[in-house]
Amino acid sequence: MITAMKPRTFRRHFRESFKNLRRNGWMTFAAVSAVTVTLLLTGIFLVIMLNLNKIGTDIENDVEVRVHVKLDATEADKEQLRTQIEGLPEVESVAYSSKEEELQNIINDMGSDFTLFEQSNPLYDVFIVKTARPQDTPDAARKIKQFEQTETAVFGEEKVENLFSFMKTARNVGIVLVAGLLFTAMFLISNTIKITIFARRKEIEIMKLVGATNWFIRWPFLLEGLWIGLLGSIIPIAAVAVGYYYAEQAISAKLAAHFIEFLGYIPLVVPVTALMLAIAVFIGIWGSFISVRRFLNV
Amino acid sequence: MIEMKDVTKKYPNGVTALSGIDVTIKQGEFVYIVGPSGAGKSTFIKLVYREERPSSGTVVIGGINTATLKARSIPALRRKVGVVFQDFKLLPLLNVYENVAFALEVIEEEPAVIRKRVMEVLDLVGLKHKARMLPTELSGGEQQRIAIARSIVNNPKVVIADEPTGNLDPDTSWDIMKLFETINERGTTIVMATHNKDIVNTIRRRVIAIENGRIARDEQRGDYGYEA
Repeated sequence: MITAMKPRTFRRHFRESFKNLRRNGWMTFAAVSAVTVTLLLTGIFLVIMLNLNKIGTDIENDVEVRVHVKLDATEADKEQLRTQIEGLPEVESVAYSSKEEELQNIINDMGSDFTLFEQSNPLYDVFIVKTARPQDTPDAARKIKQFEQTETAVFGEEKVENLFSFMKTARNVGIVLVAGLLFTAMFLISNTIKITIFARRKEIEIMKLVGATNWFIRWPFLLEGLWIGLLGSIIPIAAVAVGYYYAEQAISAKLAAHFIEFLGYIPLVVPVTALMLAIAVFIGIWGSFISVRRFLNV
Repeated sequence: MIEMKDVTKKYPNGVTALSGIDVTIKQGEFVYIVGPSGAGKSTFIKLVYREERPSSGTVVIGGINTATLKARSIPALRRKVGVVFQDFKLLPLLNVYENVAFALEVIEEEPAVIRKRVMEVLDLVGLKHKARMLPTELSGGEQQRIAIARSIVNNPKVVIADEPTGNLDPDTSWDIMKLFETINERGTTIVMATHNKDIVNTIRRRVIAIENGRIARDEQRGDYGYEA
């Protein structure tokens, strides 16, 4: 029975909720700390996972099949292979890189010691194939391998698959950890509210006797839970907002050399802090709601 | 005002507190509920303010059937029924005025109305001059007066009292009874469970005796009927 609340009533609930917070100072502190720790870990976890996800997607989008052309292939054979590759439905683009160009790339990356190989180039001519959808890469590679002029076709499958399986494990461990922490925080909030209610059970009994509605009784406790959640979210949100600013600057500079990019400050911090705030509000209100419900017994 | 038809109350632990209760109490009546301890007096009282629901039969209070009353409609019923207990149930941190005003504040009454009504009932119970004192600074009789003031501050049709003089000495008990008579004279129905033989035999009113969960006696100007 939620009816429009009079401003006077709302002010009363507000006052009562703060009074409760003060009265159970230590329990409030414990509950707020639990929310802080939980949200801090949740925040860090979210930042890491979102970035890993982005890096993973970037790498995935960079996956290409390198088709080594048989050493004895003629120009005509190579043309034929290119036509065959381009004929595959998965393929988006095909680029050619001669073995001289390949060696030059290695020399550029690894240093001039490799100029020795210019006398006898051990490399293959290569077609670099990109598929329209990253997940089609293994299929395309398997088909290309069967063409006559293909020596072999590689796409760094182990690296990619290792990365994905690592991310999957990290994500699952993180989710379990965060879920456990959220539960603990909610439990502590719920217990704090229970103590508050217990301290005021006589008052509640009288309120019920003289005909106060259940919502009237409930409101101060829900607000109390909300404050606990919000108080607990201050430090974690500040930590993510400030921490990511410096972390992004420090780490992206180092990672830029490897063509890895972190998520930008605004695109990461805005959704992550919004989600943390939402979690804080939710566990605060829900934690107190379950205590009050049990007590009001309706 | 209060109508019970073939009411049975069984508690979940298997105890049958009341059975076959048929009672009609009219607006403005003054009724004593008497009987040995454990006979079902308290259950009877609790049925009236819907602390308990009948297991079978109907309990109608001021037109509201409590057997089918939804939980969220209980507050509406409670606002028609004032309740007074043996142990007063006052809030120790609130002063006399605040204890009485509390009953109106939590049903969201207008502040101006609250001030007016609280001073009226404090005047009626004779404690206007002690409005700023805490309950612990007052005698038992005075505390019960505050509880009575609180029970009538929202003008209920009926006041239910469960052993209201149980904790008070005889002289104070008489004062409390005078107060209940005054309230009754203003048209409020009074239902009082009591063990006080002297009061029942002196202030002669309707007496309903409950024994073993059944109505043993219902007399318009009855007496206590038990050896105290």
